[in-house]
Amino acid sequence: MDSHFPMPGKRFVIGVPYVWLFVFFFLPFLILLYISFVDMGESINPFKPIWDPQTGILSLKYENYWTIFRDGEGGALFKTIYIEAYLRSIWYALWTALLCLLIGYPFAYFIARSPASVRPALLMMVMLPFWTSFLLRVYAWKGILADQGVLNQILMGVGIISEPIQMLYTNVSMLVGMTYVYLPFMVLPLYANLVKMDFRLLEAAYDLGTTPFKAFWLVTVPLSKAGIIAGFMLVFIPAVGEFVIPSLLGGPENIMIGRVVWDEMFTSNNWPRATALAVVMIALIIVPLAVYYHFTGDAAEPRK
Amino acid sequence: MKALLEKHFGKAWLALVYLFLYLPLFFMVIFSFNSTRQDANFTGFSLRWYEALTRDTKIVEGFWLSVKVAAVTGVLSAVLGTFAAFVLVRYRRFAGRTVFSGMVNAPLVMPEVVIGLSLLLLMVGAQNAFGWPERGLLTIIFGHTLLGMSYGMVVIQSRLMDMDRSIEEAAMDLGARPHEVFFLITLPNIFQGILAAFLLSFTLSFDDVVISEFLSGPGVNTLPQVIFGYARRGINPSIYAAATLLIAAVTIVIVSYSVWVARQTRRREREIAAATRAELAALATSG
Repeated sequence: MDSHFPMPGKRFVIGVPYVWLFVFFFLPFLILLYISFVDMGESINPFKPIWDPQTGILSLKYENYWTIFRDGEGGALFKTIYIEAYLRSIWYALWTALLCLLIGYPFAYFIARSPASVRPALLMMVMLPFWTSFLLRVYAWKGILADQGVLNQILMGVGIISEPIQMLYTNVSMLVGMTYVYLPFMVLPLYANLVKMDFRLLEAAYDLGTTPFKAFWLVTVPLSKAGIIAGFMLVFIPAVGEFVIPSLLGGPENIMIGRVVWDEMFTSNNWPRATALAVVMIALIIVPLAVYYHFTGDAAEPRK
Repeated sequence: MKALLEKHFGKAWLALVYLFLYLPLFFMVIFSFNSTRQDANFTGFSLRWYEALTRDTKIVEGFWLSVKVAAVTGVLSAVLGTFAAFVLVRYRRFAGRTVFSGMVNAPLVMPEVVIGLSLLLLMVGAQNAFGWPERGLLTIIFGHTLLGMSYGMVVIQSRLMDMDRSIEEAAMDLGARPHEVFFLITLPNIFQGILAAFLLSFTLSFDDVVISEFLSGPGVNTLPQVIFGYARRGINPSIYAAATLLIAAVTIVIVSYSVWVARQTRRREREIAAATRAELAALATSG
């Protein structure tokens, strides 16, 4: 295409975003990686250089990574507060993705099956809260779920419970907040997938005597596999690194890895450990992403 | 019977999920007008929290800082996003394309904590080496634009891919110079996408806590940072008042944007219809 369609300053067009990304994405990442392999510094220096100033010998330090996986010299493997925080983050992210799927799948399905004229408005209504402050919407749940909050008042008023149940700063508030925030990320890819589906296939299944449930399970769900995987990833990946929701809605035992990185950096001032934790976090994101591309890669590219 | 059940179940499910999505918004709007600090009982209508909001210098300063940061971020992201989208859609082959596409997409999946931390390390390094930049407005803009550019790129990219390139070729055949083709043909065609990219990155920036927390300096706090600080301490109905104003602003912007898009589409359809009619008329008279 380029050859018979000359554009002036191709180098300029490529160069501008390239330089920007190099300086603000690639370079910071290299620095992050570098600091994760050095020792903590003395006095005001947050970290030591990778070479010994006296001898000039370069040496990588793996201690920052070891302390993530092992508690002290010769300690038990995988029994550290860091591993716990990683596992907790994955656990919350998985539950969030699952809850979003359970709520979002029927939701996206019914939007896709509603008349074409109302669909844009229905989708718009999904997006609208997404455009208003995420922080404020999370904060509102604090007021709703509090011991003296609206939900407890209503439940007591109806007579389901006799005294307030603690929902705030527990798993309940964490999962409500996370599911609430990430639901649109699940609904939109599912909708995009389901709206393209040929619903005559379902009718064919009915005509052949299948029950609606069986038809749904055997026809609709397999056909929307790509949407399910996309939605799951779009929820799971940002949820693992979530920082704000645990800070506002979680208790001391709901701390996720993002918060641990923050605390190592600013409370303990241990830059090498904070960066090592961040590097492991990136690895944690890359694995599901690779799985995702494995599943969708051939679907995304046109077949020859 | 089954169809009926499905229909009602579907409607009920939609209603319940929409209720879930809008509950926090309703909650904040209602309790921003409450006369007491109470969170569960509406004790009476008052505007005292709005008044308190205007007197809160931290919030007012944070608001203006956020507006500045978001405006610059929005413009930078729209421009850089256009560049990046152009590179990805139009330049299919050049050295380092894979690296480029990886780098421009990576901020979309990177945890914000990692982005914030690595940019902080860069800024500290630069400050030690060159004495610049001071942590504050500028560093926050850099951080937000990294994210905004990637989101902007996605929006503009889809617009650019949908565009009919034959009109560019027609312009070239009629003697338009390449930069004229870009400014007269391509840019107006993808302008909707660029505007959407601006709005999206403006919103992302205006809403961001994590990257700002990493990159702001002492005494420099964006509105979300101020709110985040308050929110961790406890209930403050002034925040509900801020939320209500924000909800109103966002609703107005989104509705006007959609009206604008709808009007553009309709105008375009009218023009196409008129052109087709004229052509048919010309054909009829000549034939």
